[in-house]
Amino acid sequence: MNTTTMVAKDERSKISVKNLDFFYGKFHALKDINLEIPEKKVTAFIGPSGCGKSTLLRVFNRMFELYPEQKARGEVILDGDNLLTSKQDVALLRAKVGMVFQKPTPFPMSIFDNIAFGVKLFESLNSTDMEERVEWALRKAALWNEVKDKLKQNGASLSGGQQQRLCIARGVAIKPEVILLDEPCSALDPISTAKIEELIIELKQDYTVVIVTHNMQQAARCSDYTAYMYLGDLMEFGATEQIFFKPSRQETEDYITGRFG
Amino acid sequence: MNFSETVPNSTPGADPRQARYARRKLINIVALVASLLAMSFGLFWLFWILFETVRLGVAGLGMATLTQMTPPPNDEGGLLNAIYGSFLMVTLATFVGTPIGVMAGIYLAEFDTKGWLANVTRFVNDILLSAPSIVIGLFVYAVVVTRFKSFSGYAGILALTLIVIPVVIRTTENMLQLVPAGLREAAYALGAPKWKVILSITMRSARAGVVTGILLAVARIAGETAPLLFTALSNQFWTSSLSEPMASLPVTIFKFAMSPYENWQNLAWAGVFLITLAVLGLNILARVLTRTKI
Repeated sequence: MNTTTMVAKDERSKISVKNLDFFYGKFHALKDINLEIPEKKVTAFIGPSGCGKSTLLRVFNRMFELYPEQKARGEVILDGDNLLTSKQDVALLRAKVGMVFQKPTPFPMSIFDNIAFGVKLFESLNSTDMEERVEWALRKAALWNEVKDKLKQNGASLSGGQQQRLCIARGVAIKPEVILLDEPCSALDPISTAKIEELIIELKQDYTVVIVTHNMQQAARCSDYTAYMYLGDLMEFGATEQIFFKPSRQETEDYITGRFG
Repeated sequence: MNFSETVPNSTPGADPRQARYARRKLINIVALVASLLAMSFGLFWLFWILFETVRLGVAGLGMATLTQMTPPPNDEGGLLNAIYGSFLMVTLATFVGTPIGVMAGIYLAEFDTKGWLANVTRFVNDILLSAPSIVIGLFVYAVVVTRFKSFSGYAGILALTLIVIPVVIRTTENMLQLVPAGLREAAYALGAPKWKVILSITMRSARAGVVTGILLAVARIAGETAPLLFTALSNQFWTSSLSEPMASLPVTIFKFAMSPYENWQNLAWAGVFLITLAVLGLNILARVLTRTKI
């Protein structure tokens, strides 16, 4: 397929996907995906339910390997290394490629420990350094002012939007290079959503962000690049303005304008 | 938009609807009365049992019950050796059975959910779970008591352990399955190794449920008579040696309640009261733990 796998020439790509196929058992969920994800930009994956956008996201941190019947074939190159080859240590990969899920998933422990849990896996900090790191991560996720007086409280005592920002802080705390967001706002109210969108735009100064979303406006508001997927194919990929205002394919335009999907 | 214009006038179709509504209300009342009757039938017996237990138990209870040994017929005495024996055997059986049960439950829920070994384990565990406790008592009798030619506290502990393990396996597995997959994935997404995810995240979320399962297993073995009858037997005297026959509350109750001697019967009721109190306490503790979970 003659898909536009191109990215503007002045961008350095962080993740290159080459001839990627993905299978759930026998079901062929991703078909020959080729894609370059630019560094320190926000890339959005859009498309109707079941098109494979979350599946693609879960290849980037090898999350799919938790389920033995799921298989990926092809290459996903992160900083020059194919992350699908088994030589790559999965724990170190996941430290580099963080992920935030659709539903907020605070761990059953205090707000402080929620952040410290991931940090302790890779670094042994003394308590002062750990406190600094937790504060830094919570500030990054725009949550510090709301929780600074109740760090000992259970993470589940926060509101849904705060829990989601806690999960983002938890991911940021281990200093990843890429942050994957799998529909991070679909369980949240508009105010929390707005806060998280601001945060996403903030985050791209330091991180490469990839976001899966069902919300067209969200993709338009906070992404630099957009990929439209349909039934396991990457239909179109390019700068967000181009995808939204001058899509090269009729299907993309139909989906974005709401005539389909 | 004005709704009074768009909603059709409801009077023409009202009569059949009213009839259906009346019928539904009638069925509702019948079902409610039947449920209330069934509930009061169950509660009636429960409260009668509790009332008799308290009435006769408190009458037979005194300082001597908690400080003296089981007496010969028509003599003063207490239940101290039986209480101690029960406490010792139940505690040790729980300490031996809980780690085995919890670890097997973790294996079934986290490591091998669909494999043949897991399916065989689940099947065997279900059989063990529903096996009558007297079968377990006879098994230990045949395997341990006949071989060592002596009833012993060890044999009693083994029989009780075999009852604890399947209960704990089942509750641990069920409670771990209730932990949302998203929580596990979130922990793996941070790069946590599997043992860390299980210990710090999933077991921690399921902790209240698992502890409840253990407490309910304790409550169950605290009242078991049949598995002790063929294994620990009973002992009229104080013993803290597990290689000798050992007294326990359920077996002592069984022996004393069937006897024609009035002091033994009174002590049996006191024992029943003590066991009921202990089991009630464990159940309340289990309730409190599940309510304040997180």
